Amino acid sequence: MSEYILCLVLFCIGLYCVLRKRNIIKIIIGLGIIEYAVNLFFVLIGYRTHGRAPILAKDQQILNMVDPLPQALVLTSIVIGLAVTALIVAIAIRLYEKYGTFDITKINRLKG
Amino acid sequence: MLPFFVIIPLGSAFLISLLGKKIRKFGDILANLGTLSLLALSLYSTKLVLAHKILVYKVGGWMPPIGICMVLDGLASFMLVTVNLVSFAIALYSVSYMQKYTDKYRFYTLFMLMLAGMNGIIITGDLFNLFVFLEIASIASYALVAFGTEAEELEASFKYAIMGSVASSFVLLGIALLYSYTSTLNMADISLVLAQKGTGLMVSFVAVLFLMGFGLKAALVPFHAWLPDAHPSAPAPISAMLSGVLIKVLGVYAIARIFFNIIGINNISLSILMFLGVVSMLIGVILALAQWDVKRLLAYHSISQIGYVILGIGLGTPLGILGGVFHLFNHSVFKSLLFLNSGALDYALGTRDLQDMGGLREKMPITANTNLIASMSIAGIPPFNGFWSKLLIILACIQSGRIIYAICAVVASILTLASFMKVQKYAFFGKLKERWQDIKEIPAFMRLSMIVLAIICVMGGLLIIPLFKPFLQSAVDVLLAGKGYKDAVFGAIR
Amino acid sequence: MKNNKTGMTLIVKTITRLTVGLILLYGIYIVLHGHISPGGGFAGGVIIALSFIHLMLAFGRETALKKLSQTAASVLESLGALMFLAIALLGFLGGYLFFNFFLHKGKPFDLFSAGIIPLCNIAISLKVGAGLFAIFAALILFKGSGKEE
Repeated sequence: MSEYILCLVLFCIGLYCVLRKRNIIKIIIGLGIIEYAVNLFFVLIGYRTHGRAPILAKDQQILNMVDPLPQALVLTSIVIGLAVTALIVAIAIRLYEKYGTFDITKINRLKG
Repeated sequence: MLPFFVIIPLGSAFLISLLGKKIRKFGDILANLGTLSLLALSLYSTKLVLAHKILVYKVGGWMPPIGICMVLDGLASFMLVTVNLVSFAIALYSVSYMQKYTDKYRFYTLFMLMLAGMNGIIITGDLFNLFVFLEIASIASYALVAFGTEAEELEASFKYAIMGSVASSFVLLGIALLYSYTSTLNMADISLVLAQKGTGLMVSFVAVLFLMGFGLKAALVPFHAWLPDAHPSAPAPISAMLSGVLIKVLGVYAIARIFFNIIGINNISLSILMFLGVVSMLIGVILALAQWDVKRLLAYHSISQIGYVILGIGLGTPLGILGGVFHLFNHSVFKSLLFLNSGALDYALGTRDLQDMGGLREKMPITANTNLIASMSIAGIPPFNGFWSKLLIILACIQSGRIIYAICAVVASILTLASFMKVQKYAFFGKLKERWQDIKEIPAFMRLSMIVLAIICVMGGLLIIPLFKPFLQSAVDVLLAGKGYKDAVFGAIR
Repeated sequence: MKNNKTGMTLIVKTITRLTVGLILLYGIYIVLHGHISPGGGFAGGVIIALSFIHLMLAFGRETALKKLSQTAASVLESLGALMFLAIALLGFLGGYLFFNFFLHKGKPFDLFSAGIIPLCNIAISLKVGAGLFAIFAALILFKGSGKEE
C-alpha cells in the first residue's frame, strides 16, 4: 500500500514543478516526472505476491507470475511520452530563438 | 470494414510523407481522395447501423476481453459522419490556403494522422486503445498549432502541449486505477464487472479523474485556458478542425461514452455536468464580447457552445440528449464555416483585427454571404439549424424543471447574437477603407468548401423531420440505454 | 590529447570504432528475438538508434550524417510504418482476419514461430530507430545560437 502512496507523492511533486517553476526546461522536466510516476504506478499495480517475471522459457513451469498486461501497456506509454517530450523540447528551442529568454513570465504576448 | 477508418488515413499520411516532396500535388490529391472515401464509408456505416443496430469487429480474431474489439453503434456512426464530413470540407479548403506556408506535404501528413487518431477514438471498444488514439490525435494537433513557427504560434502551442500532456496523464492514472479495480480493459467488460461488484469510493475518484482529463480536452470551464491562445494561432483550416471536431471527439464523445455507458450515471454526476455546461456557456460568451481579433472571438464562442452541448447531454432526458447531440453536429458545421471565413479574410487582407476592416461586402460576396448564414445559425435565428437545436435544449431544460438553466441559455444566446452582429458590422458592412480597394475574391477551392458547408447549415434543420430523424435518434438511444451497452456488445460478439 | 577539430578525444574515437558495430548487432538481436525473450520492436529500435547517435557524439555531426543522412532517416521511418500497415492489410485481404495470418505458429520458443510477430517487430524497430535518429539530428541543428548555457 505504501508504494502506491509514494507514487502519488511523486506525481504531486511533478505537478508542483509544472505549476510553479519559471524556467521552461524545468517545466519540461516536471512533465517528465509526471509521466514517470504514472508509468511506475501502472507497473506496480500488476504485482502479485511471490510472483516471478512473466517470461516463459523452455522446460519451465510457471506457478505464479506477476501480471504481464500492465508491462506491455507501459511500454507503449513510455514511447508516447518520448514523442511528446521530443516535440516540446523542439518547440522550446525555437521559442528561445524568437523571444530570447527561457523565463515563462516574460513569454506572454498573447493576452486577453 | 471497420478498420478501414483507421487504415486509410494512416496509410495516406505515411505515403504523403514518403512521396510528397518528389511528386507535385501528390499530397493534395491523396488527402482529398482519402477524406472523400472516408465520408462515403461513414455514410454507408449509418445504413448498416440502421439495419443491424450494433456491429462488433474483433481485431485479429482474438476474442474479447483478451483481444481488442471495435464497436460500431448509433453514436459511433453519427460521430463518424460529423468528423469525416467536416474533414472533407477542410481538406478541400486547404488545397489553396496552405500555399502560403512551406512544406505543404508535411501539413497533410499531420492532418491525416490527426484524422486517423480521431476516427480511432470513435470506433474503439477498448479503454487503453482509446488512450493511444487520444495521444496520436493530441500530438498531431500540438505540432499543427505550431505550424507557422511565428513567435505567438510557438507560445500558444507550448502552453497547449503542456496542459494537454498533463490532462493525458490524468486519464492514464484513471485507466490504471480502473484496471486495478476491474482487471480488464474492454469497455463492455468493465461495465459488466462494475455492475457485479458495485461502485464505491474508488470509482467516484476515477470518474473525477476522467472528468478532469477529458474536460481539459473539451475546454470546459475551468479547464479552458489553453483554447483562446491555441485556436487563433493555428492556420485557419487547423483552427476549423480543432474547434469543429477535435474538442468534440476527444472531449464530449469520450465523456459521454465513459459516463453513460461504462461507469453509469446518477443524479450527482448529471448535476455536475449540467453545472459545468452552464458556467462554460456564460463565461465563454461574456469574455467574447470584448475581443477585437476575429479568431479569438470565435474561440471564446466555441467554449460557450460546447457548454450548450454538455448542458443538453447532462440533462439525461430523451429530448435533452437529442438537443445536445443535434447541437454537436450543428456546431461542427457552422463553427468550421466561421473559422474558414476568418481564414479567407486573413488570406485576402493579411490582418485579423476587426477594427481595421470595413465594407468588404461588395469585394468578397461569397465570404460575406456564407458568414451571414453561419452567424445567423450560431445566434439561433430560424430557419437555420442552430435555432432548432437551441430550441430543443431550452425546451428540455424547462421540461425537467430547471428554469434557471433555461434562462441562462436564452441570455447566452442573446449575447451571442450581439457579438456576431458586431463582427458583421465591422467586417462586412460600412465603408470600404482605401487600402482594401483592390483585393480579389479568394480562390476556387476555398469558395467551394465554404459553399458546401453553408448549404448543410441551411438544410440542417431538416434533420428533425421524421424522415431523417433516425440518424440522430440512434445516437440518442445508445446514450439512453446506458448500461445496456454491455448487453448489446456481448450479444453481438457470440 | 589532440582533437581533430570535431568530436571528442582520441581515446573515445578509438573505443567507438570498436564498439559501434557491436551495439548495432546487439540491437538487431533484441529485435529478432522479441517473441522469445524480453525486448521487441521498441527497445531494439532504440538501441539501433543509439549506435548511430554514439557515432554522432564521438565523431561530430558530419561523419554521422554521411552514414545515414536526414532524408534517408525520414524515408526509412515512413517505410517502417508502411510495412507495418502492409503486413496487417495482407491478412485482411487474404481472406483471414486483420493482423493474423501465415507463418503458422511453429513450435514455441523457436526463432521462426509465433505468426507475424517477428515481422511486426522488424517494422516497428525500423520506425522507432529512424525516428529517434531523425529527432536527434534535427535538435542538434540548433546549436547555432551558442548562448544557451
